[in-house]
Amino acid sequence: MDRVFRVCCPAVVAETSTQNARTRRFRFNWVDSFLWFIRISAIIAIVVGLTGTIQNFLDGQGPTVEQWRDLFVSSISTGAMYGLVALGYSMVYGVLGFINFAHGEVFMSGIMVGWIAAMLLFENGLWDANPFISLAIVLLVAMFTSTLIAVLTEKIAYRPLRGSPRLIPLITSIGVSFFLQYAFAGLFGVGLQTYPAPPGILSEDINVFGVPIEGTKLLVIAVAILAMVALWYFVTKTKTGRAMRAVAEDKEIAGLMGINVDRTIVTTFAVGGAMAGVGGLLWALLFRNVQFITGFLPGIKAFTAAVLGGIGNLPGAMLGGVFLGLFEGMGPLLVLDGLGIPAVSQLKDAVAFSALILVLIFRPTGLLGERLGSEDRA
Amino acid sequence: MIDMRRTFRFGLLAGGAMAFLGGIGMIESFNERTLIDPILRMGDLFLYGTLFVIAYIAARGEINILEEPDYRAAETTATGAAVGFVATMVTVVYALLITAVDVVEFFPNMDEAMVESLTFEQGAPIGLALLGLASVIVGAVGGWLVSTADGLKQSISKVVGWVLGFALLEVVVTDIVESRDVSRLIYSPNGGLRLWSVAVIAVLVVYLSRRYSGRLTSFAAEVSNADSKSRLRRGVIAFLVFAAIVLPMLLGGILNELMINVSLFVLMGLGLNIVVGLAGLLDLGYVAFFAVGAYGTAVLTSPLSPTFSPQLNWWVALPIVFVLAAIAGLLVGTPVIRMRGDYLAIVTLGFGEIVRILLLSDWLTPLFGGSQGIRRIPGVDVPFLGEVGGTRPEFFVYLTLIFVLIAGYISYRAQNSRIGRAWAAMREDEDVAEAIGISTVSAKLLAFVTGAIIASFAGALFSAKVGAVFTNSFDVLVSIIILVVVIVGGMGSISGVIVGAFVLIGVLGGPKSPGLLAEFAEFKLLFYGAILVFMMLKRPEGLLPSVRRSRELHQDEMSQDAWLEKGGDFTADDAEGATT
Amino acid sequence: MPLLEITGLKKAFGGVQALGGVDFHINENEIVSVIGPNGAGKTSFFNVISGLFAPDEGSIVFDGDSLANHAPNEITRRGIARTFQNVRLFPNLTVLENVMVGQHCRTHAGMWSTILQTAGQRAEEQLIEDKAKDVLSFFGSRLAGYRYDQPAFVLSYANRRRLEIARAMATEPKLLLLDEPTAGMNPRETAELTELIGDLRDKKGFTVVVISHEMKVVEQISDKVVVLDHGVKIAEGDYDDVSTNEDVIEAYLGRPAERDE
Repeated sequence: MDRVFRVCCPAVVAETSTQNARTRRFRFNWVDSFLWFIRISAIIAIVVGLTGTIQNFLDGQGPTVEQWRDLFVSSISTGAMYGLVALGYSMVYGVLGFINFAHGEVFMSGIMVGWIAAMLLFENGLWDANPFISLAIVLLVAMFTSTLIAVLTEKIAYRPLRGSPRLIPLITSIGVSFFLQYAFAGLFGVGLQTYPAPPGILSEDINVFGVPIEGTKLLVIAVAILAMVALWYFVTKTKTGRAMRAVAEDKEIAGLMGINVDRTIVTTFAVGGAMAGVGGLLWALLFRNVQFITGFLPGIKAFTAAVLGGIGNLPGAMLGGVFLGLFEGMGPLLVLDGLGIPAVSQLKDAVAFSALILVLIFRPTGLLGERLGSEDRA
Repeated sequence: MIDMRRTFRFGLLAGGAMAFLGGIGMIESFNERTLIDPILRMGDLFLYGTLFVIAYIAARGEINILEEPDYRAAETTATGAAVGFVATMVTVVYALLITAVDVVEFFPNMDEAMVESLTFEQGAPIGLALLGLASVIVGAVGGWLVSTADGLKQSISKVVGWVLGFALLEVVVTDIVESRDVSRLIYSPNGGLRLWSVAVIAVLVVYLSRRYSGRLTSFAAEVSNADSKSRLRRGVIAFLVFAAIVLPMLLGGILNELMINVSLFVLMGLGLNIVVGLAGLLDLGYVAFFAVGAYGTAVLTSPLSPTFSPQLNWWVALPIVFVLAAIAGLLVGTPVIRMRGDYLAIVTLGFGEIVRILLLSDWLTPLFGGSQGIRRIPGVDVPFLGEVGGTRPEFFVYLTLIFVLIAGYISYRAQNSRIGRAWAAMREDEDVAEAIGISTVSAKLLAFVTGAIIASFAGALFSAKVGAVFTNSFDVLVSIIILVVVIVGGMGSISGVIVGAFVLIGVLGGPKSPGLLAEFAEFKLLFYGAILVFMMLKRPEGLLPSVRRSRELHQDEMSQDAWLEKGGDFTADDAEGATT
Repeated sequence: MPLLEITGLKKAFGGVQALGGVDFHINENEIVSVIGPNGAGKTSFFNVISGLFAPDEGSIVFDGDSLANHAPNEITRRGIARTFQNVRLFPNLTVLENVMVGQHCRTHAGMWSTILQTAGQRAEEQLIEDKAKDVLSFFGSRLAGYRYDQPAFVLSYANRRRLEIARAMATEPKLLLLDEPTAGMNPRETAELTELIGDLRDKKGFTVVVISHEMKVVEQISDKVVVLDHGVKIAEGDYDDVSTNEDVIEAYLGRPAERDE
């Protein structure tokens, strides 16, 4: 709002950052009372639910130990996928300060085009003959598509909006999201497309320290960790990564220091897109099918994961993803079932969103804390 | 000189766009509708319309005022034609590729039928030549138009606008005319305008606009400059109200149905406008309050409500629904009160989804019927008319209009009052607003509650109109479409919301209901997205902006003017200082 | 009894001690200047009084009531209004609206009376507008007439400062906190505003605390001067006492004498 002022008076920048460091004291009014009420009832509900579930378990009802273990593993692998998509949200938010709603569609585009590659490989018999090379090709295709779409949206839709009020790019990204969804619906049809079955080796259990884990899930977790390590190296050790962090901190100053801000922002989108592409492959491995709306809900959940971990914080995004995966994968059975609620699996998404709301009430800066530029803390 | 590379790029863009429109199946499906009987189909209109616009933009960049007018005209025409030519090349390659390689497995629309639709149903050699010819001509016309005189340009665009208007809104015109014979005169039995009616419209438009255009524009300027309390402004409002009263009598069932839909979105748009436009709180879960209104009414009035079924009269249920909505507003508003803008967006979105999921879940099925929904919701009891529901749209439309009036009045009063100023201040700078004595907590809650109550109006009307509620009427899409209505119309502007709802819901169609252009059904969300992006890039203040919002978005330009003015300002100060 | 009495006020940000136990009092109808080198904690002092920051320790008693744990809007309602060092107006509201918003905490019309447009509500709206115009007339013609309907962001810098003071005045405070009201003004504007600050007390009856770096302004207006350094009060008294005080001279000269922006 006060760009005009900032020109006249550089002190603004300094002051707003101290302003925002302000601490809210404890004030007893009814908003706070209500928030405390929510906090306490959430804790009570969780405790009661947990006790109920444990009771059930001791009574020999509900899932067995093996089932719980499988649930845990699949929750973590889903969470790892969310985490990869969350990285894109977190990076864009850190640098430009807005939620890129279209990132879910960037993710979807990777899965969708990857599907073409997978089908072609499958028809040529490569899929079964050389499973890992095929997966690598699909991965590359998905990463390339997602990166391309992310960069294009930045160039066409977001770049001209640099410096406009902060809700404008957010609203634009909702538009981009719709456009991409229905463009893909038009191109690929509205039906559900199914990836060929993953190669045989992956569907068998693999022993890790004596615990059998399904191959696909192990691969998903391994790929996610690898991608995360690569990203971590890129952001902290390379020159481009440093430029990205500088731009996230303060665009104007970074520009004055000789950093090409536009290019850095494009790189941010590209890297976020590439991570979404990797996430896309993981989605394909885990769920095997894709549709034009596939990106929407996982996109929102990935953003939730980014907020959970502390937006702008890359390890936080990954951790937030894993936590969200656990919340939505295990929460319904672990807590809601214990409360005696029927058909808890229907409430999976509601649990994910409740987790977001509760996290923001309990700890508004996320699990690992936010890392934002001076302008975006407002 | 023509910049060849630039022209080539625009050509590629145009060709790409044409290929895209074909690839998503739009041309094929739109071509089923004829606009002008033998010569123009809707798909062709979109195909060549896109090319036309791109050629026009490309040619506009070639204008060099230093050159001779004649040469300039030749140059822009050539640029347009070149764009058309390159676009053809792209499209031809694309069509040949599709014929040669079978990609239907992946892209279901890219088949022979699509190639046919691109080539005037003529197939490869002849059709492609026709496509090329048409593209070059359309491109050339687009380019030529750039360098024509303004008067001619205006006349042409008016004629084209009116002709297309009549052609596209065939349903409306035939519905209003009512007499079959008269509409047969204008429209051909295959659908679409007759050629000679096109000629009549063109002549009439040119004649009338020559004759009255000056007066019309000056009248419009007078109205828009008029003070909000002036007679003229009131006269215009009175006329609009009168039109709203008379119009439903003229319209037939289908159009009244559409009017009801539009009005429901106007209602929700007005409510969301209070939250987003006035108070600056981006609420993406607004549909939750609509759901509270609809389900509240359903449970209270329907005999089929599963557990709790008091079977109240709609009017009795209404105040209870308001209270429920207000409580819902407080419940959603309180936890998010300390969150900053974009967190608020995602959390409210989450709330909206939670509400929908809970309504659908087995857990709450005993209360809300789950996926079965709640049926047999009675209509509204109106004195002298009996029960008015969805089956009598010509009466129901008045009911919705009354609520629209109420909501519009509430917004208007709130906007220009102590409360509205507090909202505006809070939107601009929350910390300062608090520091000068505004309780941001109560201001935000008030906005949430008012918005929620207005949405519950819409919900109550919706359930009485449809007679049943199902959860799929309340997904995120609805929230976002309401937001688009508000934004396209102009955030913070009441008339903007109304215009936005008419343009989007009325013409393109709502999330579940078709608009005037029923062909859009499959593609309307694509258009919604494109419109949203386009508006944000080119006209973020909306079609009919509110004064404050447009100031906000054009601050840079205006403060530059102010900076220029400041010379005068200083001298005034100086003079003053010298005298005192 | 003093209007505002502060004892042992402490506030730290992370490890940085912004205020390290400040005692302060001001009587009704006084003008007190708070001065000190950059980073002395002057603005933090204002932020704590006006409720933007909660104090870590210490008591603030205003007009006989404790101000501890009140929200900024509550503090404003009780009669303390402030301006900001970097001028924070509502740039897209008009000049008149900016001042009318200031009346918010003194008026009551709620949603119902607004919708029903009751007689009371209409009278109140009229009153708000009249009062706002009255407040603006304090600045002569500078913010009057055609200026009423201009958005605040087109104003010149000096006029923005004036408008911010007007907005604070509109909240009908007993105590006005002015944070560097003359910063960025030319000498003539400074002289004019200095006079107006005197008028704030003499004609309008406000009690005023001013943060300033311009010693000429401080000398002209202050009944009392308080000097802060590193969040601690190092001197207090009238201008002549303070300006000859050893500690004060050291605080200013012990570091490069740079003007605050």
